[in-house]
Amino acid sequence: MPDWLVNLFYLLASALFILGLKGLSHPRSAVRGNLIGAAGMLIAVAVTLLDRRILSFQAIVAGLVIGSAAGALLAQKIRMTAMPQMVALLNGFGGAASALVAGAALIEAQAAPGALTAQFTVAAAASGLIGAVTLWGSLAAFAKLQELISGNAVVFRGQHLLNALTAAAALGLAGWLVARPQQTEVYWALAAVSSLLGVLATIPIGGADMPVVISLLNSYSGLAAAATGFVLANNMLIIAGSLVGASGIILTQIMCRAMNRSLVNVLFGGFGAEPAERAEADAVYAGRVKAASAEEVAMLLETARRVVIVPGYGMAVSQAQHAVQTLAGVLKSRGVDVLYGIHPVAGRMPGHMNVLLAEADVPYEDLREMEEINPLLKQTDVAIVLGANDVVNPLARTDPKSPIAGMPILEVDQARTVVVIKRSLSPGFAGIPNPLFAAERTLMMFADAKKAINELVRNLSEAAVGA
Amino acid sequence: METLVTSVTVFVLALWVGFEVIVKVPPTLHTPLMSGSNAISGITLVGALLSAGLGHSGLTTVLGLLAVVFATINVVGGFLVTHRMLEMFRRK
Repeated sequence: MPDWLVNLFYLLASALFILGLKGLSHPRSAVRGNLIGAAGMLIAVAVTLLDRRILSFQAIVAGLVIGSAAGALLAQKIRMTAMPQMVALLNGFGGAASALVAGAALIEAQAAPGALTAQFTVAAAASGLIGAVTLWGSLAAFAKLQELISGNAVVFRGQHLLNALTAAAALGLAGWLVARPQQTEVYWALAAVSSLLGVLATIPIGGADMPVVISLLNSYSGLAAAATGFVLANNMLIIAGSLVGASGIILTQIMCRAMNRSLVNVLFGGFGAEPAERAEADAVYAGRVKAASAEEVAMLLETARRVVIVPGYGMAVSQAQHAVQTLAGVLKSRGVDVLYGIHPVAGRMPGHMNVLLAEADVPYEDLREMEEINPLLKQTDVAIVLGANDVVNPLARTDPKSPIAGMPILEVDQARTVVVIKRSLSPGFAGIPNPLFAAERTLMMFADAKKAINELVRNLSEAAVGA
Repeated sequence: METLVTSVTVFVLALWVGFEVIVKVPPTLHTPLMSGSNAISGITLVGALLSAGLGHSGLTTVLGLLAVVFATINVVGGFLVTHRMLEMFRRK
């Protein structure tokens, strides 16, 4: 196939990627959008396999078979609650592939006179650096999410200095490679130092900041692919890579805004590393916290007209999404208006709660964003906070010195009654006490999220039989 | 220099298109957006296939093979898991 025809097919594939992403603008068109994107990928791969330069198919077939099997297995087996880990891994693999391709291209270019242009070497250095940071940053994020290492911020003395030195070393090696592209071993040194940088830069970021990290790594995996596109002078790689880069940047921005923090603060803040001061928590809670039983809460729910459920990471941990859907069904059958208030950073990745609730068959029409649900909370009889903490902490509005000052929150304290389902009074990720738990209109249900919701369902059903 | 300027032009315009398209994705689909766009970033597979198939030296073939494996997991796993999630959003 002549080059011009190959490039036309690549253009077609690029157009399909854009159309596919456009389909994701609504749940109804999203399945088709994803299939369109996959079709673009199939075309791109098929056309590449027809390339005359390919002499041996052994390695290709082996790679495709192993990769497809592993990918399909992962995609089928992964539990919805583990989706953040899955996305972290996929980000990392994308970055790894880009770095490997740039490295292989650099070695091949040694044989071709005139191939080592400035564009080529700068792009190869960028691809190696970003790709390796993406791989090892993602693996560190995976280890945190899977709780192989502490999910908290890992901070130590001299950390910023060490990270700055590592970053400087990576940039120095990149500069060296550009000046001396014949020394291919410099590329692998660059990849090794960048790998270290990826790990060091990720471990000081705590669990609840993971939505930002995963979005950022998503963006890097795209930028690494785009850099590889510059290496190979392939426009399709540049287009697809920058689409993904843009997507990750937008998500990163949304997540930062939802926490009222700058990206710099998230990356270097070591947020949530120090535990809350005990005395402060006692002052907030002492004698004011009211515990309620499932019977009491069920009685409240019986007379409610509108109930808003606010899920957080606790719902994911206890796998309570199906129980929640059952409770909502019981309430709806009694004519109660049931809605869900979703904070953008609830959970461990953007849209985490939405996916879990979709898995449990909750209609997406019932899911409301923060801006939509807040005005409705004043006319809500019962707000159920399920394993969420910082995103409903009124200190964000009232205490300008609080670490979460100015963070937009779900204003559940406006509801007539707030029921907080939580195992204990332990602080959330920000490490501060939550005055909501001690508020006049708040009832605490100290229990595991799934057990508590099941208890409520049982009590409501018994009441229905009794009546 | 000319190829560089052309490449940069494509890069900047594609970033722009990306911003315009992705701003319209609702928060409820942000997780499928990440996994789906991630599958698209597996486009590096195209470069990996060439590295693995040129057969120039043993080393580039090994690097190419590894890259094909990683990129294929990325592509196949990404599109499939996105499909699985989106089906959950659709069935009602």
